[in-house]
Amino acid sequence: MTLQNGNGHNGNGHNGSGTSNGYKYVGTRPVRPDGVDKVTGRANFGADISLNGMIYGSVVRSPHAHAKIKKINFDKALKLKGVKAVISGKDFPTLKPSDKLPGVAPLSFYDMSRNVIARDKVLYDGHAIAAVAATTQAIADKAAKLIDVEYKILKPVMTAADAMKEKAPLLHDDLFTEGVDPTPKKASNIAKRTELKLGDPEVAMQSADFIVEGDYSTETVHQGYIEPHACAANFAQDGSVSIWASSQGAFMIRAYTARLCGMSTSKIKVIPAEIGGGFGGKTTIYLEPLALMLAKKSGRPVKMTMSRTEVMRATGPTSGGTAHVKIGAKKDGTLVAGTLELKYEAGAFPGSPVALGCMTGFAPYDLKDVACLGWDVVVNRPKAAAYRAPGAPVAAYAVESAMDELAHKLGIDPLTLRRKNSAKEGTKAVYGVEFDRIGNEDCLQAAQKTKHYNTPLGENQGRGVASGFWFNIGGTSSAEVMINEDGTVIVATGSPDIGGSRASMALMAAEVLGVDVSRIKPLVADTESVPYSDLTGGSRVTFATGKAVIDAAEDAIKDMKRRAAKVWKVDFDQVDWENGSAICIENDEIKPMSVADIAQIAGKTGGAISGKANINVTKGAGPGFGTHICDVEVDPETGRVTVLRYTAIQDVGTAIHPSYVEGQLQGGAAQGIGWALNEEYVYSKEGNLLNTGFLDYRVPVASDLPMIDTVLVEVPNAGHPFGVRGVGETPIVPPLGAVANAVSNAIGKRMTSLPMSPAKILQKIDAG
Amino acid sequence: MSKQHVTMTVNGDPVEVLCRADQTLLDCLRDEMGLTGTKEGCSTGDCGACSVTVDGRLVCACLMLGVEAEGRKIETIEGIGESEELHPVQRHFLEEAALQCGICTPGFIVAAKNLLEKNPNPTEEEVRYWLAGNLCRCTGYDKIIKAVLKAAEEMRG
Repeated sequence: MTLQNGNGHNGNGHNGSGTSNGYKYVGTRPVRPDGVDKVTGRANFGADISLNGMIYGSVVRSPHAHAKIKKINFDKALKLKGVKAVISGKDFPTLKPSDKLPGVAPLSFYDMSRNVIARDKVLYDGHAIAAVAATTQAIADKAAKLIDVEYKILKPVMTAADAMKEKAPLLHDDLFTEGVDPTPKKASNIAKRTELKLGDPEVAMQSADFIVEGDYSTETVHQGYIEPHACAANFAQDGSVSIWASSQGAFMIRAYTARLCGMSTSKIKVIPAEIGGGFGGKTTIYLEPLALMLAKKSGRPVKMTMSRTEVMRATGPTSGGTAHVKIGAKKDGTLVAGTLELKYEAGAFPGSPVALGCMTGFAPYDLKDVACLGWDVVVNRPKAAAYRAPGAPVAAYAVESAMDELAHKLGIDPLTLRRKNSAKEGTKAVYGVEFDRIGNEDCLQAAQKTKHYNTPLGENQGRGVASGFWFNIGGTSSAEVMINEDGTVIVATGSPDIGGSRASMALMAAEVLGVDVSRIKPLVADTESVPYSDLTGGSRVTFATGKAVIDAAEDAIKDMKRRAAKVWKVDFDQVDWENGSAICIENDEIKPMSVADIAQIAGKTGGAISGKANINVTKGAGPGFGTHICDVEVDPETGRVTVLRYTAIQDVGTAIHPSYVEGQLQGGAAQGIGWALNEEYVYSKEGNLLNTGFLDYRVPVASDLPMIDTVLVEVPNAGHPFGVRGVGETPIVPPLGAVANAVSNAIGKRMTSLPMSPAKILQKIDAG
Repeated sequence: MSKQHVTMTVNGDPVEVLCRADQTLLDCLRDEMGLTGTKEGCSTGDCGACSVTVDGRLVCACLMLGVEAEGRKIETIEGIGESEELHPVQRHFLEEAALQCGICTPGFIVAAKNLLEKNPNPTEEEVRYWLAGNLCRCTGYDKIIKAVLKAAEEMRG
């Protein structure tokens, strides 16, 4: 294990001057290859696309949280000059409930289709009902207002607790709770029950000397990417479609859009734009099928861009939820049992990340007797989308709050209590996996040694710590490494770059090829230029797509060795690869040939040189553990919280580009701080979203935060050639607990509800 | 709706444009002039992605009408580092890895450059408050603040 304190630049230059880990390029901090375009305004994001003859789309959205659509009348809109096409749910194929992909996070195309455009019923404020395309955005927006929709308004149900009641209004009359034996015959809002168990926690709990138990609640929050969803679609007379869109997966857009529009995959080409933030929220589709259908009906390319209000009302968010947690411990701090019950709001269609909450909540701890029960509940809110470590932050918030309370009860330092019980190599998690070498304990140890943790606190100040876990995944990735005529290199993948992954791809290719990183150009290709890749998500790209790049670079090396063997007239096995050159073994009189030398004569040795790799990485994605420390000061007069210090410590495997790894830790921490202190969806009692903009859905701004220190704990992952471990999601798991514990310790009372607004904190202080 | 003829200076060049009376400066820049480096994140002045300067003053282009730009000098991201060299703020953004997705970056660079023109030696707190109108969801601001402070240091010489 090595440690990198993220406050300095660790002495690594920007040009591959070598690192402490023995690599030449991996672990250095070059300027990202797509950087100049992004600091000069040249980079094209979703809304920056412009096509010949392009017209503009606008969506009609439900003003009601729950209603039957009786009639849609387009007459007035169609009379408006400049209107070229209108569509409603009737223009799309009707899918069946059986149209789905199974899995831990199952994907229902039946639900997705009805979420993208409502059929007979609207299920949340902002649900798309119809769309119109016109020659200007202003005409399209005007026409959208002229489309008359007749509703039969139904009673909405907004929280999991209300939706689970016997007589609650039903969102779907064909929803029968999964995971209950036998399956109920009566429809309800409870989509699924998930139970995970190890040992017998009820019996084990009886041996506890101390038990802490509590209820915690959180609200719906949004990913808050700054770029609203945007796309453009072209539909040619031969039925071929091109879609330009910003998303976390061009192949994802192709597959889902084809499914929802009843088209074959080969008819749709998706060209990825730069993506202006996703955090999981752009792992699904909203506008693309609408733009495609409008383009088909109008015969013109159609561009669609959401407003911020539309983003808030109809995309994302992640589930609000409640947790009941119970932990028992011996006097010496040894945990004996833990139980957790989670109720998550899925939004209008099933599929909250509650199962993932159940799997992750207790993962940092070595518990032989543990149980987690989860309820997935539909409510009249937008369908939850993935948000960075989906499901884990809320579960961790409850468990880490309880751990803090337990540390107080036992009089033990909260990090020492966590170390005493930390999951380590060989620990079996509640979801059945036995951990390999993990950095959980290393992070806790590193946290205790930080200057931050040993800084004294002043009056009205409090310190909180919390741990967090995320699985990380592998998946299907493809890469092609192309050697240009001058020996420079193009690395093409199908993985959209949402945070600097092009830099990581270039560094790994440089390391394998022995070519300077400045001579490598990584790019994100469209769906017809590289083979299929899964979307960017699950913290998988640097790990799995990185592995594909490494394999493809090795394939290219093989090709280049073959060329050298041909030139030297020796056997292939007489050629080795060293420092970016082919060398002839056992004959040092033959001058090595560099990549540029081999590239120059490629025509004479067989044509262009490239390497490729198409892989599916099914194991070896090392799980991520992190520990965060937060110091706050609470103003006892106003209840306002100021974050004084913040440190994120995480096992990141090998940091390929440490600056972007630190950036992941800092960004995740900031989102978690927002979740803990400011952010929440506020609904009227009729179910209308009241805070649809950044003014009153307040994400952290620069003046809200201190510098966020990072400690990169590097426990290389044995499942990757360079030891890469996914890093993007773990950092949002601990902050909710860390901030809540800090505030609770500052005021001397346990905060059990997020966000910890000044009003809530004052109420707690005043409660005596 | 009829369009109005508006004359303004954009990044030093004279520009004539026809815009609707209800069209924002942001839409004029993006849709009428093809200057898409200025981004729209909210259209309500809350995110700062559309930051430009008008006669040297930092504004959200989404909160100003195109017709109000008549006779004004507008500077956008496309006008910064127009020569072969990047502006120090741009260079330090790259060197400090102060961007992840990059959608907020043009706005931050316009705002930070404007700060340093007014205050060449800002404290960390002054940078944080000046940039409080620019939202970034990726970085937690840490590296952005460091980049601006380093650019300030370099520009002071």
